Amino acid sequence: MAKVPVRFTLNGSEKAEFIESGATLLHALRDKIGDTSPKGGCHQGTCGACSVIIDGELRLSCLTLAETCNGADIRTTSGLAAGGVLHPLQRAFLDAFATQCGFCTPGMIMAAKVLLDRTPNPSREEVVEALSGNICRCTGYEPIIQAVLTAARANSQNAA
Amino acid sequence: MALALQTFSTVKDANAALQAAGTRYLGGGTLVVRAANEGDVSVSSLVRATEPSLSTIAIAGGRARLGASVTMAAIARHPELAWLAPAARAVGGPAIRNMASVGGNLFAPAPYGDLAVALLALDATVVTQDGEAPIETFLAGRDTSRSIVTSVTFALPRPQSFRFLKVSRVKPKGISVLSIAALLQRTEDGTITSARIAFGCMADRPMRARATEKALLGCRLTPEEIAPALAAANQGIAPITDPVASAWYRAEVLPVHLGRLLLA
Repeated sequence: MAKVPVRFTLNGSEKAEFIESGATLLHALRDKIGDTSPKGGCHQGTCGACSVIIDGELRLSCLTLAETCNGADIRTTSGLAAGGVLHPLQRAFLDAFATQCGFCTPGMIMAAKVLLDRTPNPSREEVVEALSGNICRCTGYEPIIQAVLTAARANSQNAA
Repeated sequence: MALALQTFSTVKDANAALQAAGTRYLGGGTLVVRAANEGDVSVSSLVRATEPSLSTIAIAGGRARLGASVTMAAIARHPELAWLAPAARAVGGPAIRNMASVGGNLFAPAPYGDLAVALLALDATVVTQDGEAPIETFLAGRDTSRSIVTSVTFALPRPQSFRFLKVSRVKPKGISVLSIAALLQRTEDGTITSARIAFGCMADRPMRARATEKALLGCRLTPEEIAPALAAANQGIAPITDPVASAWYRAEVLPVHLGRLLLA
């Protein structure tokens, strides 16, 4: 299969790779670039474990072809911590025991990040809606919802 | 399976490339990439077009035009389409709604395709590279369609005349048990003068509820007067069976939910 050049920004760093035409962004990130934070769960658009942020919008990297991302700004969970300091969402997930096996966690955090970027003080219903495309088989969701609400409160306190 | 993607700046060129065997059109990817990931070997190459008009929403002269690449999220946040937002929001979670397109929804097999149910009730026109067709005609022939959908157009409904309902078991989002869209024109005293009802999951694709539409004419929306329309709801349906619900279950609950939608 012919390879095509793909260039995009990943967590603020320029990336350029030759990718098999038709390869998914999930494959490019994990197997070519080495960012394994997006997880390959169902590959069907159902579980949300592969969620990444592309140009500010939450998308599923398992259903996105890498070559359609030329020039895009891509954000994954691996780019959230700054200088060894966890992002407030990551800290809140840890503190609230919102992660057990951890497989869904990167997708959950990216879905929550898009929400908090646009709605800094969301209601519980807005959190539930924002996470509605992400499946967790461990936690029963409640700790995750609480973690997102806690991170939102931490953000608003820092901003005050 | 490896795919080859060809990108064209015009729909015309993409349409020409689409005629090759094993080629599918790539919209948001939620259907065709999913199929490829699942091992659908009938897909060997993909084409897409990047013409800007495919991604625009235009509302003028009492009509709306949705480009085929317009996403569910774009519909849901458009201020003049707030009445249609419940149908757009019924599709998937936030990530899927940022990807799933109007054009793709027309091809989504049951239990998917909730927006197409709404578009069928709205009597939309589907515009393709080769011409245009009423949505009912288009849906009937979609399996053999080889012409790229460029847009969907429809007349804006009168305020309060459009209703939509999706039933799913998982909250807040889940695959459809069924979906219903209704476009009702009523006189000042509430008598129905025109009814167009569409069901999702009651066949392999969205379908009109003609017997119900006929039975609603001349009725007002009271439990007594709509009873014959509810009794007629099961006429002509062939519900799907999937892990979410059996055909029997879907048929049983259809009149219940239709009644709730009409009396809401």
